[in-house]
This record gives sequence, C-alpha cells and structure tokens, in this order.
Amino acid sequence: MAEKNPTIKKLLAKFGGQIEVVASPFDKMDTVRVKRESILDVCMFLRTEDDLDYDLMRDLTCVDYIHEKPRFEVVYHLYSIYNGHEIRLKVRLEERDPTIDTVTSVWVGANWYEREVYDFYGIRFNNHPDLRRILLYPEFVGHPLRKDYPIDREQPLFEERKETKGVR
Amino acid sequence: MAEALILAVKIAIATMFVLNLAGLLTWAERRQSAFIQDRLGPNRASVFGIRLIGLLHPVADGIKMIMKEDFIPAGADRVVHTIAPFIALFPAFVAYAVIPFGDRLPIFGYDVNLVVSDINIGLLFVVAVMSIAIFGIFLGGWASNNKWSLLGALRSAAQMISYEVTLGLTIIGILMVYESVRLDEIVRAQGDLLFGFIPKWGIVTQPIGFLLFFAAAMAESKRTPFDLPEGESEIVAGYFLEYSGMKFGMFFMGEFAEIVVIAGIIASLFLGGWQIPWVTTEMLLKAFPGWLVALIQIGVFSAKVVALCWLQLTIRWTLPRFRYDQLMRLGWKMLLPISLANIFVTGLVILLLQ
Amino acid sequence: MADLTKELHTECMTLQMGPSHPAMHGTVKMIVDIDGEEIHSVKPEVGYLHRGFEKMCENSTYHQVIPFTDRLNYVSPFINNVGYAMAVEKLLGIEVPERCKYLRVLACEISRISDHLTCLGASGMELAAFSVLLYSIEAREWMWELVEALSGARLTTTWARIGGVAYDMPDGFERKAREELEKVKRLVEDMRGLLEKNRIFYDRMRGTGVLEANDCLAYGVTGPCLRAAGVYYDVRKAKPYLVYDRLDFEVPLGKSGDNYDKFVVRVLEIYQSIRIIEQALEQIPAGPIAVDDPKITLPPKQEVYTSIGALVHHFNIIVKGIRPPKGEAYFAVEGGNGELGFYVVSDGSDKPWKCRCRGPCFPIVQAVPKMLEGAMVADVVPTFGMVNMIGGEMDR
Repeated sequence: MAEKNPTIKKLLAKFGGQIEVVASPFDKMDTVRVKRESILDVCMFLRTEDDLDYDLMRDLTCVDYIHEKPRFEVVYHLYSIYNGHEIRLKVRLEERDPTIDTVTSVWVGANWYEREVYDFYGIRFNNHPDLRRILLYPEFVGHPLRKDYPIDREQPLFEERKETKGVR
Repeated sequence: MAEALILAVKIAIATMFVLNLAGLLTWAERRQSAFIQDRLGPNRASVFGIRLIGLLHPVADGIKMIMKEDFIPAGADRVVHTIAPFIALFPAFVAYAVIPFGDRLPIFGYDVNLVVSDINIGLLFVVAVMSIAIFGIFLGGWASNNKWSLLGALRSAAQMISYEVTLGLTIIGILMVYESVRLDEIVRAQGDLLFGFIPKWGIVTQPIGFLLFFAAAMAESKRTPFDLPEGESEIVAGYFLEYSGMKFGMFFMGEFAEIVVIAGIIASLFLGGWQIPWVTTEMLLKAFPGWLVALIQIGVFSAKVVALCWLQLTIRWTLPRFRYDQLMRLGWKMLLPISLANIFVTGLVILLLQ
Repeated sequence: MADLTKELHTECMTLQMGPSHPAMHGTVKMIVDIDGEEIHSVKPEVGYLHRGFEKMCENSTYHQVIPFTDRLNYVSPFINNVGYAMAVEKLLGIEVPERCKYLRVLACEISRISDHLTCLGASGMELAAFSVLLYSIEAREWMWELVEALSGARLTTTWARIGGVAYDMPDGFERKAREELEKVKRLVEDMRGLLEKNRIFYDRMRGTGVLEANDCLAYGVTGPCLRAAGVYYDVRKAKPYLVYDRLDFEVPLGKSGDNYDKFVVRVLEIYQSIRIIEQALEQIPAGPIAVDDPKITLPPKQEVYTSIGALVHHFNIIVKGIRPPKGEAYFAVEGGNGELGFYVVSDGSDKPWKCRCRGPCFPIVQAVPKMLEGAMVADVVPTFGMVNMIGGEMDR
C-alpha cells in the first residue's frame, strides 16, 4: 500500500538500500527508516525535489528506546503544504556514538529543535551552527529525557534555602 | 505691607491651584480611564467607611510615597539623582507665576492684578521655564546608571527639543495677532470682538496655531501618544525607572502639573483665559462687587483649564504610542513646516487687513 | 580642527530585555544589541518556563497527563486537552461519539477566541492603547464564563478525556453562548474601531515584523503568522479532524506577513470561530459524550456505587490506567498560534513511553530575529506581541 505513495516511490527509486519503509498502523502516516549517513541527502531530496516539496518541518524529536539496540531514534515529521503530504523519517543511533548530521541547511527552523534534542537526549548534530543547551541552563549535567535519568534528581542552579521551623 | 500680603495670597493661590489640580488629576485620570474602559475605577481607600468616590486615593498615594524607601541604585550619581526630580517639578509651578487668573480689579479698595507677576516678557518666560523641565528628566535618566533610563532620557531630550521648536514658532503667530508678549495683555485683547460678534479668541484668529500648539504641548508633557521617554512596555519606565518613594512622586506630580500648565497656557493664549464671551469686565463690575468678579473670572479660567485637562486625559486613554522615528518625522517634517506656513499666512493676513 | 569626514566612534549597547520585562509576556529573554534606537541583533533566550512536561508525562498514566496539557497554552487549554486526547485515541484506534466531537469543536473555538482576544488586547496595550486591553479582557471574561460553564474551571480545564469529554454542556448553555458571542462581536467591533484605522497604530504595525512566506515555512512557523504571509495552511482545513469538514468557515489570509496583517488575520479568525460555534450549536446531536468502552472511559458514578461490574472497571482504570497497544501516533490540531502536535509513543504499558508536544510558539520565537532585522527598539514590542508567545507551550 505504502509503496503506491509517490513520495515513497521516489525515495525508494533514489535511495533504495539506504531507506526502509516501516508500517505505522495507528496514524497511517508514511514512515521511513533512514540510515544515519544519508539523512541529510534524504531531507535535501524531499525538500528540493519539485513535486515533493516538503517545505514545512513540523517537528524533530528523539525517542530513547533504552532496552533496544540501537538505543536512540531521531524522528522527523515533515509536511508539504503544496501537496498536503506528510511523512515521518526515523533514524536509529547507537548509544556509544549518538551523532547525526544536522538538517539546518535544509530547514533553518531545525536549529532550535536540534538544540532541544541535544539538550534532552545528548544527541550531537554534526555541523550544527550553534549547538548549545536551549531549555536548560548551561551548568546542567546530563540529559534529562534519557530513560536512565531518574525523575527525582534535582539540579538546582542555586543552593535552595533551608526551611526552618518556627519564626525566623 | 499690603502689597506684599496681596502678593503672598496670589502666590499661594497659584501654587495651590497647580498642586491641587495636579493631585485631583491623578484621581480624575483613574476615574476617566475607568469610565472609558467600562470599569469602576478606584473606590477602595476609605476613612471610617467613607469612600468619596475614590477621592481619598490621591491622599493614600501621597502617604504611601512618603513612607516608601528612597532608593538610590549602586553606581548612580547620588547628587544628580537627588536633584533631578526637583528640577523636573519646579518649572510647572514657576510657569503659573505669569498666567493671569483674572483682570485688574478693584477688590476691597485695592487695585489687584490677578496674576502673580505681570512681567513684560511673560510668554517668553513660560517657554523658557518649561524647557528647564527637560534637564530634570535628562539628568534623572542619566544619573540612574541604568540603560533603560538612559534610553528614556535620550528619547525625552530629542523629543522635547524637537517639539519646542514648533511650540516657539506657533507662539509667534499669537504674538503677531495680539502684538504683545505680556500674557495679561494677550488675554485682555481676546475680549474684543471680531466683526462685532465673534470673540477674538486665539482659537479663532489662529485655528491652525491652536492645533499645532496643542499637539506640541502634549508632546512636551510626555504623555500618550507621545510617552516615548516613559514607554513602559518598551523601555520599562524610562527615565524614572530607578526612582522610588517621593522622588518618583515628584516626577509623577511633575507630569500632572505639566498638564495643568499646558492647559493654563492654552486657555490663556487660545481660549481667552478668564474672558467670558461677549461679557466684558466693565459689565461684570457694574453688576457685582469686585471680589465676586474676581471669583467669577478665576472660576471661568479654572473651568477652561479643567476642560483642557480632561481633553488631554481622554486623548491619553484613546491613542497608541508613536515610534521614535515617526515622532521625529511628525515633529520636523509636518508640524514644523506647517507652523512656518502659519506664520507666513498670519503675516499676510495682517498685512492685507491694514 | 577635528576631521569631520571621519565617522564618530560609537559602540553598540547590549540590552537584556527580559525575562522580567513588561513586553516579554511569559518568560523569555531577548539579548538586543542596539545602536541608538536601531537594532543590530536580537537573540532570544528561552527556557525560563521549562517544567519538564515530557519527563512528567513519561512517569504518569495516560489520564494523568491531561492536567499537564492545561498548562501548555494556558490561554486556550481546551485545545491542548483535545489535541492530546485525540492523539491517544489514535493509538487506541477509537472514534468518539458525534456529540462529543461537536462539544470538542465548541470548546476549541471558544478557546481560540479567548486566545486571540488576549493577543489582540495585549498588543494594543503594548502600544499604549490601554483601553483596548480592557475591552478584550472583558470579552475574554465572557468566553471564560462559557469555559467555566463547560468544564467548571476557568483556566485549568482538564475537560477532555481519552475517549470523550468529562461533562456535557449544562442547560441553557446554548442560549448563553449565543448571547455572549453577540457581545463579543460588539466589543471586537469596538476594538477595531479604536485600532484598525488609527493612523498611529497603522504606522506602528504596517511593515514591521515582516516574515515572508518562504521564511515562515523555513522556520516552521504555522498559524496566524503563516496565514498573514498568505499561505493557506490551517490544520482544520488541511487535515480536518472532529467535524470541521462539515462546518462552513473560511481561513482569513494576509498578504505581506507584517504585524498589521497578523492583527487583521486574528481579528477575522475571531469572526470565523464565532461562525463555527453558531453552526456547531445548531447541528449538535443528542447522544453519549464518551465512547462506551469500560476499558477506556470511567463508568458513571451512580453505576460505580450500585453495580459491581462498574466498580471493577472504575478500579481498573484508576489503578491500572489504560493501555494502548505498542506503537506511535502523531496528531496535530490547530491551536491558537498554529499547529499543535502531539507525538505519543506507547510501549504497551499504562504510561506513555514518550509524549512529545510540538508547540507552535517554539519555531515562531526562533523566527523573531528574522522579523526584527533592521527594526527599531520600539518594534520589538508589537512584533513580539503579534507573535503571541505563550511560555507554557514553548518551554514545556
């Protein structure tokens, strides 16, 4: 079924072995698993190819499948306003080398999303113009959305005031 | 001795007039804005359950500001920071020294001119004194050692200097029509009738001058739409950001006092001051004793001032704020040429009528 | 004599605008380099309102996430509730009953109106037209009365449920809604009268904060900002959810993407939302307000107290939660400021493995430096006002 979709067809024709179509039974979105090395090429192709034209980058995030290997999965949600098509790209990353090419050259807006993923998951984006923490403060240690980061670990930036009993 | 006493009474009246009206205006502004915005306005302050439609709020405000800590930020120029609010406040009071409240009247056997000081350069005096206020604001903004204050100070300096030009040029039209710099003479001349039935008020002889003067004067008072130096949503509070307590109160009062001064000047120059249309002082003196005539004339003048204050408040709660470059464009590219043209046309008309 | 041909040496002044600055509603900091009044560069710094939304979601059951979504866009919480609930419903593969769909549409549009009113009023206030703010706050108040009638709360509604909604609309809601909408219409007219043709306002808004269509898309900007640039993209039309495909409404488009167009687009969207609500009130059918599946929705309280089956289901849902099958779903609704997407990943347990919220404000704030290229300090205010940044959904 999915192979009938023009986007998937074109992608398969162009990248063949680099990509793999996966089923997404719940929201019925075209989902493609892409090899890490070719994500930039795939994105550029999707953005620039005439009748694909995925011009809106809806979302970029990451999922931490801690019990699986490879551990991380970077997820891209793209949308073509012209065609009304949507597609989801997924890239699996190993735990020991969580790096991937940035797509800021394709969509400028990916900048902050990638910073956010770096902030929360520690995924490093190669050639990113400004890879800093974004929502957390620079002194923060660790990446809190990783599943092995305990929910109750506190990292206050300033020493918290000690509560004293009675009148101060 | 009697002279000195009369002078002291006149000074007291003029000062209390500005002070009380400015204080009342803080209340009026809240009531007015509440009225425009469909809400109740201040009604919480009460003494023994008496609320007086919020009239106690200015009092409560005053007490609050006196009780507050007087804060001087680190790195500020302490002396200048302290002096600035005084410089900002006093011109408004001084300006009222030359604004006539009434005609020269015989009251209880004394010949009283109802103006504190009828100096022969009254109008120039007003303009000169008014432009001192800018020093208070500029010094206050600079001495606070705060970037926002500095921005506000810069804006206010640029704005007030630009609009003072228009202010001055508009006054020239008035001078040409009434052929005097003395404010009491200008007001007295407005009692005449044009063509026998139109009062020769400044607004009739100088309609464009009135609009220009009003706009420029509003710009001088730094209120919306000209409140760039303050611009609370852009540069937080501008020049008085680092002021607290009564020093802030003085800037605050200075702003309202300036409204009163502007209203007084406009009333004197363009709305006939204490003149009642078609009723001369002689006619009044025939009908009433001197002290009553004085009261009537002060009342008429006050009514005009209050009406003009109200107009300024209404404008303040209706319009948005200019941007810096738009303000400059308005001042230099529109108001200034029009005021120049106004002088030219006025001169031409005067020449033709001779 | 000094050399007059040489430029005077000047330095840029760095201003830290925010996080406590009157124009930075919500909490965000702009590091602005200015040369006099002109802006050299703007760098937004976000994250002051980060509360760890995703981490909290991953440690709560599916139903426990709903109150968190209230706090995303705190001006239009209904839309967040509905968006999240529908994303999970996708995972569960269920379809809510007709009446519930209409109720959700009603709630979403009421929220959208209150969102737009807040934005318009605030932008007026920031340009010192203070009265406009009070007008719009009054109008918003009426909308919040409707919100209160629907959900019992004004801000933290927690109204949508997975598989339905918590409460049906109360008696007399329809009449009340129509009355309030008429009043809102009148007040919006007043606001337009004060601002739309006001020369000062026009000059402040026109030509400032321009973000053209290409840039909008490159930055991922959606919602009124994108439509003001003339791009026809509204999730309600592009991927109709609930019953939006049955309702007759238009998508107002701007042309130049400047602040004035954004303002007008928002104003017109209020009228369209009113239209939608009126139609929905007419068409709404009778029927259940939640799916009849005891594994997903709580049984009615009376039954819980009287029948053992209902009690067991109640206990199961409260203690064990609902367990969607393993998988993932992305679902987007049109929020007040643009596309509000929820990406929910399930591992088959009672807690979401991941619950990502794609808030519309995040990319829009990223585009603010682009909007403010070559602008003046005073332009920051209307531009940021029309962006309508909501800290809650940006920093999550």
